[in-house]
Amino acid sequence: MRKLRPWLYLLPAIAFLGVFMVYPLIDVMIYSMEEGYNSASQTYFGVGLYNFRYVLRDPYFIQALKNTFILVIITVPLSTGIGLLIAVALNSIQKLKDLFQTIFFLPYVTNTLAVGLVFMILFKKTAYSDGLINVLIQTFGGTGVDFIDGPYWAKMFVLCFYTVWVVLPFKILILTSALASVNEDYYKAAKIDGTSRWRIFWKITLPMISPMIFYLIITGFIGAFKAYSDAVALFGTDLNAAGMNTIVGYVYDMLYGNGGGYPSYASAAALILFAIVMTITCINLLISEKTNV
Amino acid sequence: MKVILEHLTKRYPSRDKNGKDVIAVNDFNFEIPDGKLIGLLGPSGCGKSTTLNLISGLESPTEGKIWFGEDDVTDLPPEHRGVGLVFQSYALYPHMTVRQNIMFPLQNLKGKDKLSKEAMNQKAEEAARLVQIERLMERKPREMSGGQQQRVAIARALVKMPRILLLDEPLSNLDARLRLQTREEIRRIQKNTGITTVFVTHDQEEAMSISDEIVVMESGILQQIGNPQHVYDEPVNLFVAKFLGTPAINVFEGEVKGGRLFIGGQDVLAVSGVEDQPVSVGIRPEGFILSEDGPFRTKLVQVEVMGRDTSVVSEHPDCVSGLIRSIISAENRVEAKDGNVAFELKPAKVHIFRKDSGVRIPYPEQERHV
Ligand SMILES: Nc1ncnc2c1ncn2[C@@H]1O[C@H](COP(=O)(O)OP(=O)(O)OP(=O)(O)O)[C@@H](O)[C@H]1O
Ligand SMILES: [Mg+2]
Repeated sequence: MRKLRPWLYLLPAIAFLGVFMVYPLIDVMIYSMEEGYNSASQTYFGVGLYNFRYVLRDPYFIQALKNTFILVIITVPLSTGIGLLIAVALNSIQKLKDLFQTIFFLPYVTNTLAVGLVFMILFKKTAYSDGLINVLIQTFGGTGVDFIDGPYWAKMFVLCFYTVWVVLPFKILILTSALASVNEDYYKAAKIDGTSRWRIFWKITLPMISPMIFYLIITGFIGAFKAYSDAVALFGTDLNAAGMNTIVGYVYDMLYGNGGGYPSYASAAALILFAIVMTITCINLLISEKTNV
Repeated sequence: MKVILEHLTKRYPSRDKNGKDVIAVNDFNFEIPDGKLIGLLGPSGCGKSTTLNLISGLESPTEGKIWFGEDDVTDLPPEHRGVGLVFQSYALYPHMTVRQNIMFPLQNLKGKDKLSKEAMNQKAEEAARLVQIERLMERKPREMSGGQQQRVAIARALVKMPRILLLDEPLSNLDARLRLQTREEIRRIQKNTGITTVFVTHDQEEAMSISDEIVVMESGILQQIGNPQHVYDEPVNLFVAKFLGTPAINVFEGEVKGGRLFIGGQDVLAVSGVEDQPVSVGIRPEGFILSEDGPFRTKLVQVEVMGRDTSVVSEHPDCVSGLIRSIISAENRVEAKDGNVAFELKPAKVHIFRKDSGVRIPYPEQERHV
């Protein structure tokens, strides 16, 4: 009885996790191994790795994989870096600190559609306007680009911009509170010793808040790998046509999209994503463990 | 290096709308002699840390000047003052080893002061030897005891051989025994290096035991400065008398009439030459002598034998500090008559203070016994 007690307490959580997390995961694994599954008749031909082979050869999937990786590699360091910069600046101002903090946090509580609208105004070419950014480029003598329907790099730029924009407030919030929690005495001691600001930042501030930075990088990686809705908000639902699909978008399309009804392919793609995220998270944790105090 | 504070004042603007400014340090004038250890003593919030921060340069004074020897350092930034500061929290960098912590100040040196790696290591090791932690150089702060961390903090403050060493309540995080040890240690280090040192504490015993001179302050105002024994024996006012000594001084309402001191109608002592007036009377616990027909009768509450000494706890209606605590040698038998116990008083241990201002009134009988 003694030994069972803890498990009893955990039972509700375990049951919940089992039903909504473990069971679907196993189900996905089973789907991904069933070749030629037909959802109407619930039949399949055989068992094997065919689905994975198919997905990995599908040019749409390769495109989605490439897009996702570019998105991750660009936005995670960029948003964390910019977030840190802004947080440090916020932390060092005295007057109106709260006001600025609120301003920087506003996008976080703003409706996604409203943010999307702002980006439309900034970037979209319509019959009436070329978009604010293009107008700006043109006034400075450049030639405008169609950011929503134009070349790949322009679309990728907008997607990255949007992603950074959306995740930034949360990072700033976390980092400002991490900075504020560093004991003032460390800075006083450093000041007495004549430490330069640069050195204070690299040798004291950064190590002190490194656990929070690692947290943001890990969650940032996971979040960016799961990107989908941002791309939809910018480029519409037919992401394959726009060449801007992401892995999650690919999974969704395989399930419900125009050419939908392929749960086996969707499952295989989802598992590939799972493996990637898991690997990267493990690497991250290992690194953070090594550098930790 | 001697330190001179000249009309030093620090005002903080008030936070609430109609409040007055907080005067953390109010017109300080004193001199810290070269090579001495000064204990800065006072209750919480009296401005001790502020004074220290002014000397270190972390805060700049609202008014007044600070001199290090012949140099006016009032407008000098902290890094150019050549001070070492030890914080109450130690402020050791948790991600660095002891060696890296101690070397940190040296690595900041630029230009012609820049040291080679070997020189830095050597200096760090010297400082570590001074505080006897040379065997812990590769540890991280969290792998050490409070006392050891404390020593690292001192070593870090000493490594650049500062002109002045400032310690802000460095012992308050330690347990009673370690405190005793560490304060002796600090005394030893100070003696060995001869660095002028300011030691902040709110523990009067700590300050009295290690300081060459103590500075007693309250609400930003300097009360008294001097040799610990002198300040104890001749407090300038009631506050200082109450603040120093354990058990604390016993305070009574009294009256001087015709050169005699009365407490509750009992004529207890001769105080010749003092004008007739109501006074506050402070009697040190060691100022009582058991005497069957002594002039000062109190109601006995209990007798506590504490090894060497006996503490007699008694009551008197005019005592304003609660119970009366007196300490007498354990050889004396305490005999109560009808629940009363009588004392003779040692004039050197009896202080009288003005009722209004609390300023001490000296009287000739007292001098004779010192
Ligand atoms: N930055 C500040 N702004 C406003 N008031 C302050 C500031 N720093 C200190 N004070 C006030 O100045 C007074 C003296 O503070 P200080 O820290 O010097 O006290 P302390 O003697 O060191 O007390 P403790 O023994 O508790 O450390 C206090 O009343 C405090 O509230
Ligand atoms: Mg203090």
